[in-house]
Amino acid sequence: MADHAHKLEILRGLVKFKSNTQKIWGVLILLTIVTAIEVVLGIYKPEAFMAPFLGMKILNWIFIILTIVKAYYITWDFMHMRDETKSLRRMVVWTAVFLICYLIFILLLEGGYVFDVYKEGYMKRDF
Amino acid sequence: MDNTVVSTGTEGKTWGGGNKPLKASYGKMMMWFFIVSDALTFSGFLAAYGFSRFKFIDSWPIADEVFTHIPFVHDGVSRPMIYVAFMTFVLIMSSVTMVLAVDAGHKLNKAKVTFYMFLTIIGGLIFVGSQAWEWATFINGDYGAVQTKGGNILQFVDTNGERVALRDFAVIDDHKERVQDNRKSGIWFTSEGTLPTYTVSEVLNGLEANENILVRTQIINEEGEKTVLSRAESLKQIKDNGKVVVEGANLHVNEYGSPLFADFFFFITGFHGFHVFSGVVINIIIFFNVILGTYERRKNYEMVEKVGLYWHFVDLVWVFVFTFFYLV
Repeated sequence: MADHAHKLEILRGLVKFKSNTQKIWGVLILLTIVTAIEVVLGIYKPEAFMAPFLGMKILNWIFIILTIVKAYYITWDFMHMRDETKSLRRMVVWTAVFLICYLIFILLLEGGYVFDVYKEGYMKRDF
Repeated sequence: MDNTVVSTGTEGKTWGGGNKPLKASYGKMMMWFFIVSDALTFSGFLAAYGFSRFKFIDSWPIADEVFTHIPFVHDGVSRPMIYVAFMTFVLIMSSVTMVLAVDAGHKLNKAKVTFYMFLTIIGGLIFVGSQAWEWATFINGDYGAVQTKGGNILQFVDTNGERVALRDFAVIDDHKERVQDNRKSGIWFTSEGTLPTYTVSEVLNGLEANENILVRTQIINEEGEKTVLSRAESLKQIKDNGKVVVEGANLHVNEYGSPLFADFFFFITGFHGFHVFSGVVINIIIFFNVILGTYERRKNYEMVEKVGLYWHFVDLVWVFVFTFFYLV
């Protein structure tokens, strides 16, 4: 399988690697930096990011976005999604993303509602 | 031969097989579809965790107070995040060696594939071992707490807000009568779980004897910290509502707060750990196939690529578990 062509650009062509091996190490560095940022924010929890935003602390939104960034690079470069055909990529990614978003939406909304029922309703839990 | 599927003699015919409409072999495509379904399973678990957390949003345990230990360090200093960050790095690193093995496979370099597969297996074993240790630490617990009739957890702090362990203040009653029942205690009785080290009355006596100890409830206040009760309230809570002493966590009780937190922790990290374990087993099988030269003879290392996909997926799931259990 010498015909295995790899796309060697990441970050929309900002960084271009010479070989696939080099790209792997480059992506490792990227993932390590992202994880390090997460850990440092998780330990120090800067006061500036504690304000609520769309139902969650800004810090939590940062964590979730960084996680999705990591997931993107693991899927695209380690699992070689970048090199698959567009149709295979969409079959896998769009299906999963759509269903997961839907599931999260209904379950979290319901969870928030149940919390309100406990809180506002005549339910006593403090005993 | 371009892939691992045995030639059927119908190549090139539209309906005869051997076609690759997505330029991916059958095996690789099916691995992708398996991964999609497995991703949905994990999403189901994590979304259920999110549901329970939103349901108890004002009393959920704070992860930074739960996972604070590092192996072989027993100085009592709380170090959240450090060990789990190490575990995450180990798994990402083993993902890197896996993708390097796949890359070496494309170049038909048997020695390199063997070497990188070996490193991947070692990384997987370190990760599973770390997870087992994490479980053991969580099950054994740390400070101990008292559970109320309503199932709420009451923990103990000193006047500075630092956690205090039951063993540091409980007054041991040498005449306590309740002992663990054995089979011989009754005709129909078979067994019961281990009793907690202390009884609620011993904890109450200890609390009365130590003026500087206060009770901390599960409720999270405006500052995002657990509420600390006044001295009078503390005594009243333990006296009126204290029911059982809880040490550590299991599927029924959890000294860190809501039992659901422990249930989801065991279930999700357990399911993930099972994936890592099976990934290691599959990697070992492929490792031996590489050594035996199976893929060398096929002139094709696609099998390494397929287990690689699975292994990266396990890493991918961990990235999310890490975020939702330890960070958010």
